[in-house]
Amino acid sequence: MISIDNVSKHYGSFQVLTDCTTQVKKGEVIVVCGPSGSGKSTLIKCVNGLEPFQSGAITVDGISVGDPKTNLSKLRSRVGMVFQHFELFPHMSITDNLSIAQEKVLGRSKDEARAKGLKLLERVGLKAHAEKFPGQLSGGQQQRVAIARALCMDPICMLFDEPTSALDPEMINEVLDVMVELAQEGMTMMCVTHEMGFARKVANRVIFMDKGLIVEDDSKDAFFNNPRSERAQQFLAKILQH
Amino acid sequence: MSYQWNWSIFSSPVPTGETTYFGWMLSGLQTTITLSLCAWVMALALGSLMGVLRTVPNKWLSGLAAAYVEVFRNIPLLVQLFIWYFVLPELLPFGLGDAFKQQLNPLTQQFLSAMVCLGFFTSARVCEQVRAGINSLPHGQKNAGLALGFTLPQTYRHVLLPMAFRLVVPPLTSEFLNIFKNSAVCSTIGLLELAAQGRQLVDYTAQPYESFIAVTLLYVLINVVVMTLMRHLENKTRVPGYLGGK
Repeated sequence: MISIDNVSKHYGSFQVLTDCTTQVKKGEVIVVCGPSGSGKSTLIKCVNGLEPFQSGAITVDGISVGDPKTNLSKLRSRVGMVFQHFELFPHMSITDNLSIAQEKVLGRSKDEARAKGLKLLERVGLKAHAEKFPGQLSGGQQQRVAIARALCMDPICMLFDEPTSALDPEMINEVLDVMVELAQEGMTMMCVTHEMGFARKVANRVIFMDKGLIVEDDSKDAFFNNPRSERAQQFLAKILQH
Repeated sequence: MSYQWNWSIFSSPVPTGETTYFGWMLSGLQTTITLSLCAWVMALALGSLMGVLRTVPNKWLSGLAAAYVEVFRNIPLLVQLFIWYFVLPELLPFGLGDAFKQQLNPLTQQFLSAMVCLGFFTSARVCEQVRAGINSLPHGQKNAGLALGFTLPQTYRHVLLPMAFRLVVPPLTSEFLNIFKNSAVCSTIGLLELAAQGRQLVDYTAQPYESFIAVTLLYVLINVVVMTLMRHLENKTRVPGYLGGK
């Protein structure tokens, strides 16, 4: 589904990604973790072309992301993305947030888009808030709406860029519950997250990054039980301490 | 001070007899309003376009918009007005300048020059405010729009601009007020707008206090109306749960 092949990226002389290679198969859930500044978010943004990269290749469903001839908008409309800061559109009601891209990008009718939006809103448990505005919801609720908004486009895979990092501790679980459910239904997912509980529960593989390099790319059991690199051991020792 | 106040001067007929001095004031007011509104429409349209261009990823387009702003905001308004009215018609090719000078009614010449001058001058300022509005939005908003499959123009249309314009209503209100006040400069090329009518009234009646008090009040009146309308607009477009909205 997603294939990342020797991808490198630099800002000026600063190397952000170095020769990153990995694959995500259909139905797989991959968790990407690592310290701040290790390039996790940059890597996931390269997958749908939000960040350009200088060398290597990424293909999604057989379509090359880096190829200038690729219709990136069309590709992106098939790849769902959830952001750290939700990024709902503040001037639109929840219903409009859910239906605008369906109408303008997929060409669905207003009624169809609205019905689909409500169905997904119900699925994330927020049907009662359909007519509210994003600013009137809590962070956890906004993030669940953001997931529903991405799902409205019937994506072939989903990218999560630290979806719980900006949330109050009490709201993290409501978002993770939705993500776990999605994973169990067979959605292909690539998640940048530090939620190791989530990784243990649903991930097929864990990728550990440091300084722009993919240091480990292993099954979750191998990663949690015997990480090969010293850097990953240190990282795990620190975040699993408490 | 032996000044003879005479407020009834406004109801006396002008020397030509076709109207009263108050009629002059009203016609000046009308010219000021028409001129400023036309120039504002132009400034808003051009300024928004340039403001958007200043934020696009294409270096050439954003550079072009930056140059535009520097030209129109760094030359004094009065100098720009003289260039549009006196200099430019001499430089226009294909006899356009002569057509402008000879075939158009002098009043139309003055009005067009004044409108274009105020429009370009103000558009540079509107541009900077629209740019600031767009840049003040979180960067993730643009990414969120693009990630949903919107093209860049669609992202501007549906995601960035609706919020950016809401954010800049207060500074745009100041610009809208400024354009009415700046229009007084156009009396220097002979356009009979409000300030010019005030001065003409002084020349004819030697009643400067009444004249300029009336002119002042009329400018204040325009601006109170504009402020009320813009505040109404601001309240109407307020986003619930955001920036002081309910």
